[in-house]
Amino acid sequence: MGMRKVAIVGAGITKFVRRAQETGKELSWQASKMALDSCGLTLDDVEAVTLGTAPDAFDGVHMKGEYLADGAGAFRKPYMRHYVGGGTGVFSPIHGWFHVASGLADIVLVVAEEKMSSCHPHPQGAFLTIFDHTTEQPLKPTLIWIFALEMNRYMSTYGITKADIARVSVKNKGNALDHPSAQVAEKITVEDVLNSETLCWPVNRLDISPASDGAAAVVLASERVARRLTDKPVWIDGVGFSIDTAYWATRDLSYPRYVETAARMAYDMAGIKEPHKEIHVAEPYDPFDYKELHHMEGLMLCPRGEAARLTAEGYTARDGNLPICPSGGALGVGNPIAATGLMKIIEIFLQLRGEAGKRQVPGRPRCGLAQAWGDLMQMGTVVVMRI
Amino acid sequence: MKLEDYELGGTHLRSSDFEKGKVLTTAWQPNLAYAWDNGVAIGRYLAELKEGRIVARVCHSCNRIMIPPRMFCELCFKPTDEWRYVKDTGTVNTFSVAHVNWDASRRGPKEPPLIPAVIEIDGASPGMGILHMLGGVSPNGITVGMRVEAVWKKPGERTGAITDILYFKPIRAAAAKSPRAAGKAKAGRKPAATRARSKR
Repeated sequence: MGMRKVAIVGAGITKFVRRAQETGKELSWQASKMALDSCGLTLDDVEAVTLGTAPDAFDGVHMKGEYLADGAGAFRKPYMRHYVGGGTGVFSPIHGWFHVASGLADIVLVVAEEKMSSCHPHPQGAFLTIFDHTTEQPLKPTLIWIFALEMNRYMSTYGITKADIARVSVKNKGNALDHPSAQVAEKITVEDVLNSETLCWPVNRLDISPASDGAAAVVLASERVARRLTDKPVWIDGVGFSIDTAYWATRDLSYPRYVETAARMAYDMAGIKEPHKEIHVAEPYDPFDYKELHHMEGLMLCPRGEAARLTAEGYTARDGNLPICPSGGALGVGNPIAATGLMKIIEIFLQLRGEAGKRQVPGRPRCGLAQAWGDLMQMGTVVVMRI
Repeated sequence: MKLEDYELGGTHLRSSDFEKGKVLTTAWQPNLAYAWDNGVAIGRYLAELKEGRIVARVCHSCNRIMIPPRMFCELCFKPTDEWRYVKDTGTVNTFSVAHVNWDASRRGPKEPPLIPAVIEIDGASPGMGILHMLGGVSPNGITVGMRVEAVWKKPGERTGAITDILYFKPIRAAAAKSPRAAGKAKAGRKPAATRARSKR
Protein backbone atom coordinates (compact mmCIF):
# COMPACT_ATOMS: atom_id res chain seq x y z
CA MET A 1 0.00 0.00 0.00
CA GLY A 2 3.01 2.27 -0.24
CA MET A 3 3.37 2.63 3.50
CA ARG A 4 6.64 2.51 5.40
CA LYS A 5 7.28 -0.04 8.12
CA VAL A 6 6.94 1.38 11.64
CA ALA A 7 8.54 0.02 14.81
CA ILE A 8 8.16 0.66 18.51
CA VAL A 9 11.66 1.22 19.88
CA GLY A 10 11.14 2.55 23.41
CA ALA A 11 8.57 2.76 26.18
CA GLY A 12 7.85 4.57 29.43
CA ILE A 13 5.15 4.34 32.06
CA THR A 14 4.30 5.68 35.52
CA LYS A 15 2.73 3.82 38.37
CA PHE A 16 -1.06 3.72 38.13
CA VAL A 17 -2.55 5.12 41.35
CA ARG A 18 -5.98 6.19 42.60
CA ARG A 19 -4.79 9.73 43.15
CA ALA A 20 -1.39 10.97 42.10
CA GLN A 21 0.45 13.83 43.73
CA GLU A 22 1.78 14.77 40.29
CA THR A 23 -0.19 16.91 37.86
CA GLY A 24 -1.20 15.52 34.49
CA LYS A 25 1.69 17.42 32.90
CA GLU A 26 4.15 15.94 35.37
CA LEU A 27 2.88 12.40 34.82
CA SER A 28 3.16 12.92 31.05
CA TRP A 29 6.72 14.15 31.47
CA GLN A 30 7.72 11.16 33.62
CA ALA A 31 6.42 8.66 31.06
CA SER A 32 7.81 10.59 28.07
CA LYS A 33 11.26 10.99 29.59
CA MET A 34 11.45 7.30 30.47
CA ALA A 35 10.42 6.35 26.92
CA LEU A 36 13.16 8.52 25.39
CA ASP A 37 15.76 7.29 27.88
CA SER A 38 14.87 3.66 27.18
CA CYS A 39 16.03 4.00 23.56
CA GLY A 40 18.79 6.54 24.08
CA LEU A 41 17.07 9.48 22.41
CA THR A 42 16.57 13.09 23.46
CA LEU A 43 13.68 15.41 22.73
CA ASP A 44 15.71 16.96 19.90
CA ASP A 45 15.45 13.67 18.00
CA VAL A 46 11.65 13.70 18.13
CA GLU A 47 10.05 15.11 14.98
CA ALA A 48 6.38 14.98 15.98
CA VAL A 49 4.26 14.21 19.04
CA THR A 50 0.82 12.67 19.35
CA LEU A 51 -1.09 12.61 22.61
CA GLY A 52 -4.10 10.60 23.74
CA THR A 53 -6.25 11.60 26.68
CA ALA A 54 -9.92 10.95 27.37
CA PRO A 55 -12.69 13.36 28.48
CA ASP A 56 -11.81 16.93 29.43
CA ALA A 57 -14.51 16.57 32.06
CA PHE A 58 -12.24 14.37 34.23
CA ASP A 59 -9.75 17.19 34.70
CA GLY A 60 -12.10 20.14 34.36
CA VAL A 61 -9.51 21.48 31.89
CA HIS A 62 -10.91 22.39 28.51
CA MET A 63 -8.65 21.53 25.55
CA LYS A 64 -6.59 19.19 27.69
CA GLY A 65 -4.36 18.31 24.74
CA GLU A 66 -2.99 21.83 24.66
CA TYR A 67 -2.63 21.89 28.45
CA LEU A 68 -0.60 18.68 28.45
CA ALA A 69 1.57 19.57 25.45
CA ASP A 70 4.58 20.65 27.50
CA GLY A 71 4.62 17.42 29.51
CA ALA A 72 4.55 15.48 26.25
CA GLY A 73 7.57 17.36 24.87
CA ALA A 74 5.53 18.87 22.08
CA PHE A 75 6.54 22.53 22.06
CA ARG A 76 7.36 23.84 18.59
CA LYS A 77 6.68 20.46 17.04
CA PRO A 78 3.83 19.06 14.96
CA TYR A 79 1.40 17.95 17.67
CA MET A 80 -2.13 16.68 17.82
CA ARG A 81 -4.38 15.22 20.48
CA HIS A 82 -6.69 12.32 19.67
CA TYR A 83 -9.63 11.06 21.67
CA VAL A 84 -11.89 8.08 21.01
CA GLY A 85 -13.15 7.40 24.54
CA GLY A 86 -11.86 4.20 26.14
CA GLY A 87 -10.40 3.24 22.77
CA THR A 88 -7.96 6.15 22.97
CA GLY A 89 -4.90 4.34 24.34
CA VAL A 90 -4.64 1.82 21.51
CA PHE A 91 -5.51 4.52 19.00
CA SER A 92 -2.48 6.50 20.28
CA PRO A 93 0.16 4.39 18.51
CA ILE A 94 -2.10 4.26 15.42
CA HIS A 95 -2.08 8.05 15.33
CA GLY A 96 1.72 8.07 15.63
CA TRP A 97 1.90 5.30 13.02
CA PHE A 98 0.15 7.59 10.46
CA HIS A 99 3.03 10.07 10.81
CA VAL A 100 5.80 7.51 10.32
CA ALA A 101 4.12 5.19 7.80
CA SER A 102 3.30 8.17 5.59
CA GLY A 103 6.89 9.41 5.59
CA LEU A 104 6.08 12.63 7.44
CA ALA A 105 8.44 11.80 10.30
CA ASP A 106 11.10 9.24 11.23
CA ILE A 107 10.76 9.48 15.01
CA VAL A 108 7.46 10.17 16.79
CA LEU A 109 6.76 10.32 20.50
CA VAL A 110 3.34 8.93 21.47
CA VAL A 111 2.01 9.88 24.90
CA ALA A 112 -1.17 8.86 26.72
CA GLU A 113 -2.23 10.48 29.98
CA GLU A 114 -5.22 10.33 32.29
CA LYS A 115 -5.88 11.95 35.63
CA MET A 116 -9.34 10.91 36.75
CA SER A 117 -9.01 11.81 40.42
CA SER A 118 -9.62 15.53 39.92
CA CYS A 119 -13.32 14.94 39.30
CA HIS A 120 -15.35 14.88 42.53
CA PRO A 121 -16.96 13.12 44.19
CA HIS A 122 -16.33 10.43 41.56
CA PRO A 123 -15.37 10.56 37.87
CA GLN A 124 -18.46 8.43 37.14
CA GLY A 125 -20.48 11.65 37.35
CA ALA A 126 -18.66 13.02 34.31
CA PHE A 127 -20.09 10.21 32.22
CA LEU A 128 -23.71 11.37 32.47
CA THR A 129 -23.36 13.52 29.36
CA ILE A 130 -22.17 10.59 27.25
CA PHE A 131 -25.84 9.62 26.94
CA ASP A 132 -28.32 11.23 24.55
CA HIS A 133 -29.38 14.48 26.18
CA THR A 134 -33.07 14.20 25.33
CA THR A 135 -34.00 10.53 25.23
CA GLU A 136 -31.65 9.07 27.87
CA GLN A 137 -30.21 11.64 30.29
CA PRO A 138 -33.59 12.41 31.91
CA LEU A 139 -33.54 8.78 33.17
CA LYS A 140 -30.36 9.66 35.14
CA PRO A 141 -28.23 6.84 33.79
CA THR A 142 -24.80 5.89 35.09
CA LEU A 143 -22.20 4.41 32.80
CA ILE A 144 -22.33 1.19 34.80
CA TRP A 145 -25.88 0.64 33.53
CA ILE A 146 -24.85 0.03 29.97
CA PHE A 147 -22.15 -2.41 31.05
CA ALA A 148 -24.62 -4.18 33.31
CA LEU A 149 -27.16 -4.31 30.46
CA GLU A 150 -24.56 -5.61 28.03
CA MET A 151 -23.20 -8.15 30.53
CA ASN A 152 -26.70 -9.48 31.27
CA ARG A 153 -27.45 -9.80 27.55
CA TYR A 154 -24.14 -11.63 27.02
CA MET A 155 -24.84 -13.98 29.94
CA SER A 156 -28.43 -14.61 28.82
CA THR A 157 -27.50 -15.30 25.20
CA TYR A 158 -24.85 -17.92 25.97
CA GLY A 159 -25.97 -19.19 29.40
CA ILE A 160 -22.82 -17.90 31.11
CA THR A 161 -22.83 -17.36 34.90
CA LYS A 162 -21.38 -14.58 36.99
CA ALA A 163 -18.88 -17.06 38.43
CA ASP A 164 -17.63 -17.88 34.90
CA ILE A 165 -17.00 -14.19 34.31
CA ALA A 166 -15.46 -13.53 37.75
CA ARG A 167 -12.54 -15.81 36.82
CA VAL A 168 -11.27 -13.05 34.52
CA SER A 169 -11.03 -10.63 37.44
CA VAL A 170 -9.26 -13.27 39.56
CA LYS A 171 -6.75 -13.99 36.76
CA ASN A 172 -5.98 -10.38 35.91
CA LYS A 173 -5.66 -9.08 39.46
CA GLY A 174 -3.33 -12.03 40.11
CA ASN A 175 -1.24 -11.33 36.99
CA ALA A 176 -0.88 -7.71 38.05
CA LEU A 177 1.06 -8.76 41.17
CA ASP A 178 4.10 -8.91 38.87
CA HIS A 179 3.55 -5.48 37.23
CA PRO A 180 5.54 -2.60 38.75
CA SER A 181 2.82 -0.07 37.86
CA ALA A 182 -0.06 -2.02 39.39
CA GLN A 183 -2.71 -0.27 41.47
CA VAL A 184 -5.10 -3.06 42.48
CA ALA A 185 -3.07 -6.27 42.19
CA GLU A 186 -4.21 -8.90 44.64
CA LYS A 187 -4.79 -12.56 45.05
CA ILE A 188 -8.55 -13.05 45.22
CA THR A 189 -11.05 -15.83 44.63
CA VAL A 190 -14.21 -16.12 42.56
CA GLU A 191 -16.17 -15.93 45.84
CA ASP A 192 -14.52 -12.60 46.67
CA VAL A 193 -15.82 -11.18 43.40
CA LEU A 194 -19.32 -12.59 43.87
CA ASN A 195 -19.48 -11.35 47.48
CA SER A 196 -18.22 -7.85 46.72
CA GLU A 197 -20.76 -5.01 46.73
CA THR A 198 -23.41 -5.27 44.03
CA LEU A 199 -23.36 -1.96 42.17
CA CYS A 200 -25.67 -2.64 39.22
CA TRP A 201 -26.54 -6.32 39.01
CA PRO A 202 -24.92 -8.28 37.41
CA VAL A 203 -21.93 -5.98 37.98
CA ASN A 204 -20.21 -6.21 41.37
CA ARG A 205 -17.45 -3.98 42.58
CA LEU A 206 -14.66 -6.46 41.82
CA ASP A 207 -16.01 -6.94 38.28
CA ILE A 208 -14.87 -3.37 37.56
CA SER A 209 -11.47 -1.77 37.06
CA PRO A 210 -10.69 1.21 39.32
CA ALA A 211 -10.48 4.91 38.51
CA SER A 212 -6.80 5.80 38.18
CA ASP A 213 -4.18 8.43 37.47
CA GLY A 214 -1.25 7.54 35.24
CA ALA A 215 0.61 8.04 31.99
CA ALA A 216 2.46 5.96 29.40
CA ALA A 217 4.53 6.72 26.31
CA VAL A 218 6.19 4.92 23.40
CA VAL A 219 8.66 6.00 20.74
CA LEU A 220 7.91 5.05 17.13
CA ALA A 221 10.56 4.97 14.41
CA SER A 222 10.77 4.28 10.70
CA GLU A 223 12.52 1.07 9.63
CA ARG A 224 15.81 2.77 8.71
CA VAL A 225 16.04 4.58 12.05
CA ALA A 226 14.67 1.73 14.14
CA ARG A 227 17.34 -0.71 13.00
CA ARG A 228 20.02 1.75 14.06
CA LEU A 229 18.46 2.35 17.47
CA THR A 230 17.85 -1.21 18.56
CA ASP A 231 18.40 -4.81 17.51
CA LYS A 232 14.94 -5.66 18.80
CA PRO A 233 12.45 -3.34 17.09
CA VAL A 234 8.84 -4.44 17.48
CA TRP A 235 6.94 -3.84 14.24
CA ILE A 236 3.43 -2.45 14.05
CA ASP A 237 2.21 -4.78 11.29
CA GLY A 238 -1.52 -4.07 11.40
CA VAL A 239 -3.79 -1.31 12.65
CA GLY A 240 -7.57 -1.16 12.70
CA PHE A 241 -10.28 1.05 14.10
CA SER A 242 -14.01 1.16 13.64
CA ILE A 243 -17.06 2.80 15.16
CA ASP A 244 -20.63 1.52 15.46
CA THR A 245 -23.92 3.43 15.73
CA ALA A 246 -24.57 5.68 18.72
CA TYR A 247 -28.10 4.15 18.90
CA TRP A 248 -26.57 1.61 21.26
CA ALA A 249 -29.90 0.17 22.40
CA THR A 250 -30.57 -1.02 18.85
CA ARG A 251 -27.39 -3.10 18.61
CA ASP A 252 -26.79 -6.79 19.33
CA LEU A 253 -25.40 -6.30 22.82
CA SER A 254 -24.08 -9.86 23.03
CA TYR A 255 -21.40 -9.35 20.37
CA PRO A 256 -19.00 -6.42 19.76
CA ARG A 257 -19.31 -6.14 15.99
CA TYR A 258 -17.21 -2.95 15.92
CA VAL A 259 -14.27 -4.84 17.46
CA GLU A 260 -14.57 -7.49 14.75
CA THR A 261 -14.56 -4.81 12.03
CA ALA A 262 -11.47 -3.17 13.53
CA ALA A 263 -9.76 -6.57 13.95
CA ARG A 264 -10.44 -7.57 10.34
CA MET A 265 -8.84 -4.32 9.17
CA ALA A 266 -5.73 -4.97 11.28
CA TYR A 267 -5.55 -8.70 10.38
CA ASP A 268 -5.83 -7.91 6.65
CA MET A 269 -2.97 -5.44 6.92
CA ALA A 270 -0.83 -7.90 8.91
CA GLY A 271 -1.71 -10.85 6.66
CA ILE A 272 -3.31 -12.80 9.49
CA LYS A 273 -5.74 -15.48 8.33
CA GLU A 274 -6.30 -17.54 11.48
CA PRO A 275 -5.97 -15.18 14.44
CA HIS A 276 -6.41 -17.86 17.12
CA LYS A 277 -3.31 -19.65 15.76
CA GLU A 278 -1.21 -16.73 14.61
CA ILE A 279 -1.60 -14.43 17.65
CA HIS A 280 0.58 -15.71 20.51
CA VAL A 281 -0.28 -13.21 23.24
CA ALA A 282 -3.08 -10.64 23.47
CA GLU A 283 -4.10 -7.68 25.60
CA PRO A 284 -7.80 -7.01 24.94
CA TYR A 285 -9.40 -4.17 26.91
CA ASP A 286 -10.81 -5.36 30.23
CA PRO A 287 -12.39 -2.43 32.10
CA PHE A 288 -15.04 -4.94 33.18
CA ASP A 289 -14.27 -8.65 33.47
CA TYR A 290 -16.93 -9.74 30.93
CA LYS A 291 -15.42 -7.29 28.41
CA GLU A 292 -12.25 -9.40 28.14
CA LEU A 293 -14.41 -12.37 27.09
CA HIS A 294 -16.57 -10.21 24.81
CA HIS A 295 -13.47 -8.81 23.13
CA MET A 296 -11.75 -12.19 22.71
CA GLU A 297 -14.80 -13.22 20.71
CA GLY A 298 -14.91 -9.96 18.73
CA LEU A 299 -11.21 -10.38 17.95
CA MET A 300 -12.02 -13.89 16.67
CA LEU A 301 -9.51 -15.42 19.08
CA CYS A 302 -12.19 -17.98 20.02
CA PRO A 303 -15.70 -18.95 18.92
CA ARG A 304 -18.63 -16.86 20.18
CA GLY A 305 -19.76 -17.80 23.66
CA GLU A 306 -16.64 -19.93 24.30
CA ALA A 307 -14.33 -17.40 25.98
CA ALA A 308 -15.62 -18.12 29.49
CA ARG A 309 -15.06 -21.87 29.13
CA LEU A 310 -11.53 -21.32 27.79
CA THR A 311 -10.77 -19.03 30.72
CA ALA A 312 -11.99 -21.65 33.20
CA GLU A 313 -9.72 -24.23 31.52
CA GLY A 314 -6.66 -22.01 31.96
CA TYR A 315 -6.28 -21.44 28.21
CA THR A 316 -5.89 -17.69 28.79
CA ALA A 317 -3.57 -17.90 31.82
CA ARG A 318 -0.05 -16.55 31.50
CA ASP A 319 1.23 -20.08 30.83
CA GLY A 320 -1.84 -21.12 28.82
CA ASN A 321 -2.11 -21.70 25.08
CA LEU A 322 -3.16 -18.10 24.43
CA PRO A 323 -2.15 -15.80 27.31
CA ILE A 324 -4.68 -12.97 27.65
CA CYS A 325 -3.78 -9.82 29.62
CA PRO A 326 -0.52 -11.16 31.11
CA SER A 327 0.11 -7.60 32.35
CA GLY A 328 -2.86 -7.77 34.70
CA GLY A 329 -4.94 -5.54 32.46
CA ALA A 330 -7.17 -2.69 33.50
CA LEU A 331 -8.64 -4.89 36.24
CA GLY A 332 -5.26 -5.37 37.91
CA VAL A 333 -2.82 -2.68 36.82
CA GLY A 334 -5.50 0.03 36.90
CA ASN A 335 -7.51 1.99 34.38
CA PRO A 336 -6.34 5.54 33.66
CA ILE A 337 -8.37 5.35 30.44
CA ALA A 338 -5.99 6.49 27.69
CA ALA A 339 -2.86 5.34 29.52
CA THR A 340 -4.35 1.85 29.96
CA GLY A 341 -4.47 1.22 26.22
CA LEU A 342 -0.86 2.31 25.81
CA MET A 343 0.12 0.18 28.85
CA LYS A 344 -1.27 -2.78 26.86
CA ILE A 345 0.80 -1.81 23.81
CA ILE A 346 3.88 -1.60 26.06
CA GLU A 347 3.14 -5.03 27.54
CA ILE A 348 3.04 -6.63 24.08
CA PHE A 349 6.24 -4.70 23.17
CA LEU A 350 8.01 -6.16 26.22
CA GLN A 351 6.54 -9.66 25.80
CA LEU A 352 7.70 -9.88 22.18
CA ARG A 353 11.18 -8.67 23.15
CA GLY A 354 11.32 -11.22 25.96
CA GLU A 355 11.74 -8.43 28.49
CA ALA A 356 8.57 -8.79 30.54
CA GLY A 357 10.43 -10.17 33.58
CA LYS A 358 8.21 -12.24 35.87
CA ARG A 359 5.26 -11.55 33.56
CA GLN A 360 7.00 -13.14 30.56
CA VAL A 361 4.81 -15.69 28.79
CA PRO A 362 6.62 -18.90 27.77
CA GLY A 363 7.28 -20.01 24.21
CA ARG A 364 8.95 -16.88 22.77
CA PRO A 365 5.85 -15.19 21.36
CA ARG A 366 6.46 -13.59 17.96
CA CYS A 367 3.08 -11.99 17.28
CA GLY A 368 0.88 -10.08 19.72
CA LEU A 369 -2.17 -7.87 19.76
CA ALA A 370 -3.54 -5.04 21.87
CA GLN A 371 -7.12 -3.79 21.67
CA ALA A 372 -9.19 -1.11 23.31
CA TRP A 373 -12.78 -0.08 23.11
CA GLY A 374 -14.75 2.97 24.05
CA ASP A 375 -17.21 5.77 23.48
CA LEU A 376 -20.81 4.63 23.94
CA MET A 377 -19.78 0.95 23.60
CA GLN A 378 -19.13 1.58 19.92
CA MET A 379 -15.41 2.16 19.17
CA GLY A 380 -12.91 -0.63 18.51
CA THR A 381 -9.14 -0.04 18.14
CA VAL A 382 -6.67 -2.86 17.35
CA VAL A 383 -2.89 -3.03 16.85
CA VAL A 384 -1.05 -6.18 15.71
CA MET A 385 2.66 -6.30 16.52
CA ARG A 386 5.46 -8.68 15.51
CA ILE A 387 9.14 -9.02 16.33
CA MET B 1 14.45 -2.69 28.63
CA LYS B 2 12.70 -3.99 31.73
CA LEU B 3 10.17 -1.97 33.67
CA GLU B 4 11.67 -3.39 36.84
CA ASP B 5 14.96 -1.59 36.10
CA TYR B 6 13.35 1.85 36.23
CA GLU B 7 12.11 3.91 39.13
CA LEU B 8 8.59 4.62 37.93
CA GLY B 9 6.95 7.99 38.47
CA GLY B 10 3.52 8.47 40.00
CA THR B 11 3.21 9.13 43.74
CA HIS B 12 0.18 7.59 45.43
CA LEU B 13 -1.69 10.01 47.69
CA ARG B 14 -3.73 8.45 50.49
CA SER B 15 -6.79 9.68 52.36
CA SER B 16 -4.61 10.17 55.43
CA ASP B 17 -2.42 12.61 53.47
CA PHE B 18 -5.46 14.84 53.03
CA GLU B 19 -6.70 14.39 56.60
CA LYS B 20 -3.31 15.43 57.97
CA GLY B 21 -3.26 18.50 55.73
CA LYS B 22 -0.17 17.34 53.84
CA VAL B 23 -1.82 18.07 50.51
CA LEU B 24 -3.42 21.29 49.37
CA THR B 25 -6.02 21.28 46.61
CA THR B 26 -7.95 23.89 44.70
CA ALA B 27 -11.65 23.27 44.09
CA TRP B 28 -13.95 24.69 41.45
CA GLN B 29 -17.63 24.11 40.96
CA PRO B 30 -18.55 24.81 37.35
CA ASN B 31 -21.86 26.58 36.86
CA LEU B 32 -22.75 25.51 33.34
CA ALA B 33 -26.19 25.53 31.79
CA TYR B 34 -27.20 24.02 28.46
CA ALA B 35 -30.37 24.15 26.39
CA TRP B 36 -30.33 21.34 23.85
CA ASP B 37 -32.40 21.59 20.69
CA ASN B 38 -34.41 18.48 19.99
CA GLY B 39 -34.37 18.58 16.21
CA VAL B 40 -37.23 17.55 13.95
CA ALA B 41 -37.47 13.83 14.69
CA ILE B 42 -36.99 13.90 18.45
CA GLY B 43 -39.18 17.04 18.67
CA ARG B 44 -42.12 15.12 17.20
CA TYR B 45 -41.21 12.06 19.32
CA LEU B 46 -41.54 14.16 22.48
CA ALA B 47 -44.76 15.83 21.29
CA GLU B 48 -46.28 12.39 20.69
CA LEU B 49 -45.13 11.15 24.10
CA LYS B 50 -47.09 14.05 25.58
CA GLU B 51 -50.17 12.62 23.81
CA GLY B 52 -49.44 9.13 25.14
CA ARG B 53 -48.18 7.70 21.85
CA ILE B 54 -44.83 6.43 20.61
CA VAL B 55 -43.88 7.37 17.06
CA ALA B 56 -41.18 5.90 14.84
CA ARG B 57 -39.72 6.80 11.42
CA VAL B 58 -39.62 4.44 8.46
CA CYS B 59 -36.88 4.19 5.84
CA HIS B 60 -38.27 2.84 2.55
CA SER B 61 -34.80 1.86 1.41
CA CYS B 62 -33.86 -0.60 4.18
CA ASN B 63 -37.48 -0.93 5.42
CA ARG B 64 -36.46 -0.36 9.02
CA ILE B 65 -39.02 1.10 11.40
CA MET B 66 -36.75 3.10 13.64
CA ILE B 67 -37.11 4.21 17.22
CA PRO B 68 -36.05 6.69 18.43
CA PRO B 69 -37.19 8.34 15.17
CA ARG B 70 -34.58 10.04 13.00
CA MET B 71 -34.82 12.26 9.92
CA PHE B 72 -32.00 10.47 8.11
CA CYS B 73 -31.23 6.76 7.90
CA GLU B 74 -27.67 6.20 9.11
CA LEU B 75 -27.37 2.96 7.11
CA CYS B 76 -28.77 4.14 3.75
CA PHE B 77 -27.60 7.72 4.34
CA LYS B 78 -30.73 9.22 2.86
CA PRO B 79 -33.75 11.01 4.34
CA THR B 80 -36.25 8.76 6.11
CA ASP B 81 -39.69 8.59 4.50
CA GLU B 82 -42.67 8.43 6.87
CA TRP B 83 -43.94 8.53 10.43
CA ARG B 84 -45.37 5.35 11.92
CA TYR B 85 -47.04 4.86 15.30
CA VAL B 86 -45.75 1.87 17.23
CA LYS B 87 -47.14 0.15 20.32
CA ASP B 88 -46.39 1.09 23.89
CA THR B 89 -45.62 -2.55 24.64
CA GLY B 90 -42.42 -4.48 24.13
CA THR B 91 -39.97 -7.17 25.17
CA VAL B 92 -37.13 -6.92 27.68
CA ASN B 93 -33.88 -7.34 25.72
CA THR B 94 -31.73 -6.98 28.84
CA PHE B 95 -31.92 -5.34 32.27
CA SER B 96 -29.91 -4.42 35.33
CA VAL B 97 -30.69 -3.91 39.01
CA ALA B 98 -28.91 -0.71 40.01
CA HIS B 99 -27.94 0.17 43.56
CA VAL B 100 -25.91 3.17 42.39
CA ASN B 101 -27.03 6.65 41.34
CA TRP B 102 -25.73 8.49 38.30
CA ASP B 103 -22.91 10.13 40.28
CA ALA B 104 -21.75 6.80 41.78
CA SER B 105 -23.38 7.61 45.16
CA ARG B 106 -25.12 4.59 46.68
CA ARG B 107 -28.89 4.37 46.95
CA GLY B 108 -30.09 4.47 50.55
CA PRO B 109 -31.40 1.42 52.40
CA LYS B 110 -35.00 2.61 51.95
CA GLU B 111 -34.62 3.52 48.30
CA PRO B 112 -35.60 0.66 46.01
CA PRO B 113 -33.03 -0.28 43.36
CA LEU B 114 -33.48 1.19 39.89
CA ILE B 115 -34.16 -1.30 37.11
CA PRO B 116 -32.92 0.07 33.80
CA ALA B 117 -33.64 -2.06 30.74
CA VAL B 118 -33.37 -2.12 26.99
CA ILE B 119 -36.92 -2.65 25.71
CA GLU B 120 -37.58 -3.74 22.15
CA ILE B 121 -40.73 -1.85 21.16
CA ASP B 122 -43.56 -3.74 19.41
CA GLY B 123 -44.15 -2.47 15.91
CA ALA B 124 -40.57 -1.25 15.43
CA SER B 125 -38.07 -3.39 13.54
CA PRO B 126 -36.72 -6.39 15.48
CA GLY B 127 -33.92 -5.40 17.80
CA MET B 128 -34.95 -1.72 17.86
CA GLY B 129 -34.84 -0.97 21.55
CA ILE B 130 -34.85 2.04 23.83
CA LEU B 131 -33.37 2.60 27.26
CA HIS B 132 -36.05 2.90 29.93
CA MET B 133 -36.93 1.71 33.41
CA LEU B 134 -38.89 -1.28 34.67
CA GLY B 135 -41.30 -0.91 37.58
CA GLY B 136 -44.22 -2.59 39.32
CA VAL B 137 -42.20 -5.78 39.61
CA SER B 138 -39.72 -7.30 42.04
CA PRO B 139 -36.16 -7.47 40.69
CA ASN B 140 -36.22 -11.23 41.16
CA GLY B 141 -39.27 -11.56 38.94
CA ILE B 142 -37.70 -10.17 35.78
CA THR B 143 -36.42 -12.26 32.91
CA VAL B 144 -34.86 -11.45 29.57
CA GLY B 145 -37.63 -11.89 27.01
CA MET B 146 -40.37 -10.76 29.41
CA ARG B 147 -43.30 -8.88 27.85
CA VAL B 148 -43.88 -5.38 29.22
CA GLU B 149 -46.15 -2.37 28.71
CA ALA B 150 -45.69 1.34 29.34
CA VAL B 151 -47.11 3.01 32.44
CA TRP B 152 -47.81 6.63 31.48
CA LYS B 153 -48.05 9.76 33.53
CA LYS B 154 -51.56 11.21 33.69
CA PRO B 155 -52.34 13.31 30.57
CA GLY B 156 -52.26 16.63 32.43
CA GLU B 157 -48.87 15.85 34.00
CA ARG B 158 -47.01 15.03 30.80
CA THR B 159 -44.44 17.55 29.65
CA GLY B 160 -43.22 16.11 26.38
CA ALA B 161 -40.28 14.15 27.75
CA ILE B 162 -39.07 10.55 27.80
CA THR B 163 -40.12 10.56 31.45
CA ASP B 164 -43.79 10.91 30.38
CA ILE B 165 -43.51 7.14 30.46
CA LEU B 166 -42.97 6.44 34.16
CA TYR B 167 -41.71 2.92 33.55
CA PHE B 168 -42.59 -0.33 31.83
CA LYS B 169 -44.35 -3.06 33.82
CA PRO B 170 -44.90 -6.75 33.07
CA ILE B 171 -48.00 -7.56 31.04
CA ARG B 172 -50.26 -9.69 33.18
CA ALA B 173 -50.77 -13.30 32.13
CA ALA B 174 -54.35 -12.72 30.87
CA ALA B 175 -53.32 -9.79 28.72
CA ALA B 176 -50.32 -11.71 27.42
CA LYS B 177 -52.68 -14.31 25.98
CA SER B 178 -54.07 -11.84 23.48
CA PRO B 179 -53.27 -13.12 19.97
CA ARG B 180 -50.97 -10.23 19.14
CA ALA B 181 -48.91 -10.52 22.27
CA ALA B 182 -48.68 -14.30 22.11
CA GLY B 183 -47.77 -14.27 18.44
CA LYS B 184 -45.11 -11.66 19.01
CA ALA B 185 -43.58 -13.63 21.86
CA LYS B 186 -43.35 -16.76 19.73
CA ALA B 187 -41.99 -14.90 16.76
CA GLY B 188 -39.24 -13.30 18.85
CA ARG B 189 -35.78 -13.73 17.35
CA LYS B 190 -34.16 -14.40 20.66
CA PRO B 191 -33.93 -17.74 22.40
CA ALA B 192 -36.54 -18.38 25.07
CA ALA B 193 -36.14 -16.35 28.19
CA THR B 194 -33.13 -17.54 30.07
CA ARG B 195 -32.44 -16.65 33.63
CA ALA B 196 -28.70 -16.73 33.77
CA ARG B 197 -28.70 -15.18 37.19
CA SER B 198 -26.16 -16.61 39.54
CA LYS B 199 -25.38 -15.59 43.08
CA ARG B 200 -26.28 -11.95 43.69
